[in-house]
Amino acid sequence: MPSLGADMEAGTLVEWLIKAGDPVKRGDIVAVVETQKGAIEIETFETGTVERILVEIGAKVPVGTPLAIIQTQRGKEGVAPPPPAAKPPPPLKAPAAGPPPVAAKNGRVARGARISPAARRLAEQHGIDILTITGTGADNTILLNDVERRIAELKAQAPRAPGFDLAAMREAIAAAMARSKREIPHYYLAHEIEMSACEDWLTRRNAERPPEERLLLGALLVKAVALAAQKFPAFNGFYHDGKFEAASSVHIGTAIAIRGGGLIAPAIHDADRLSLDDLMMKMRELVERVRAGRIRGSEIADPTITVSSLGERGVETLYGIIYLPQVAIVGFGKVATRPWVEGGTVLARPIVNATLAADHRVSDGHAGALFLTEIGKLLQEPETL
Amino acid sequence: MSTVDIRAVVQEELGNIAPEMDVGAIDPSADLREALDIDSMDFLNFVTAIHRRLGVDVPEIDYPKLATLDGAVAYLETRLP
Repeated sequence: MPSLGADMEAGTLVEWLIKAGDPVKRGDIVAVVETQKGAIEIETFETGTVERILVEIGAKVPVGTPLAIIQTQRGKEGVAPPPPAAKPPPPLKAPAAGPPPVAAKNGRVARGARISPAARRLAEQHGIDILTITGTGADNTILLNDVERRIAELKAQAPRAPGFDLAAMREAIAAAMARSKREIPHYYLAHEIEMSACEDWLTRRNAERPPEERLLLGALLVKAVALAAQKFPAFNGFYHDGKFEAASSVHIGTAIAIRGGGLIAPAIHDADRLSLDDLMMKMRELVERVRAGRIRGSEIADPTITVSSLGERGVETLYGIIYLPQVAIVGFGKVATRPWVEGGTVLARPIVNATLAADHRVSDGHAGALFLTEIGKLLQEPETL
Repeated sequence: MSTVDIRAVVQEELGNIAPEMDVGAIDPSADLREALDIDSMDFLNFVTAIHRRLGVDVPEIDYPKLATLDGAVAYLETRLP
């Protein structure tokens, strides 16, 4: 069970997309887990063959619990084999998902249960722990119909369809934001950025393209922050155990409002290296999946800095709260036409207010000002983003 | 395609974007972005769906003509291929 945020302690397995014997490769979505943040798709970090499912559908298990065993190619991975299963076969093993977990605490498997081969096969296919099945055969041997009965039971008690539980999400937001306000000494900076270069460039570019290929201003803002974050590492990374660790990649957490209330900020990975078209495609895809209630575990777990943009129907300024363990959040208000002085003349120009909330344990206002100014400069040359 | 059909397509696609709203109940002369609480990404998805369903490529410069349900239907009628 991967950790999908500092505040997560446990998750409920709601769907297996693999079964014993299936080949899997790194990045495949193997399971869906229900957390306070909603249903999250879990990817595997290993390539190999599924040997066994360890956690059955409907079970709530703590972070770090192995979910399944994947047999990897011998010697291919340097991953230490976690010992969740009973028998110690020779090939290297790795957990299906998440960080290397602690050793499984269930000595239950070792106890063994009598089960007919056909029943075992069916149980494995459905990812059911045979120790949760009551056997009705001789010596309590588990028979095929015992497994079928258990499958029916589990189906009946299966959780609701994946999606967001807004009440639980509100609790998660409350816990994370309260902790952030308690622990992080925030400082706030604001900077007005003149946006006519971006607007003109977007208008020209989008005029020749069909709707599915058009860019939104949001993509330019995310890209500019990503490039600036790469240049100013003190705003891109994690604060853990009393010290800051700069991240080597830039994964932009993109705040997306959920209809009906709630908010989630999944990561766009390596946003600094994506072209604007690719970035826009990722943003569209992400919004689509958020609306459908399907987010991937890696997107929730690893943003290195967050961008929150209110869009055209918002207000002019947003003061963000940092999402732990990150150390900065950049906010953009709506673009509004405002007086702007240039060469001694007052002109009507599109202006956006960019703000930075950053962690004073890691950086100072001076560095923060340079970071925000850099974002403003990058947005004056949209064609180079 | 009749006005009725165009209206049905527009309402269906707006419903896909704002599934929890009763699109049939909104004031046809109200601002769609306000009435349905949709942002620029939602609106782009709407325009993309209209392109796919009706074959009408709405340029950005014409977005204001799609501000209301009635406005969108009237505009699309004149632009159908």
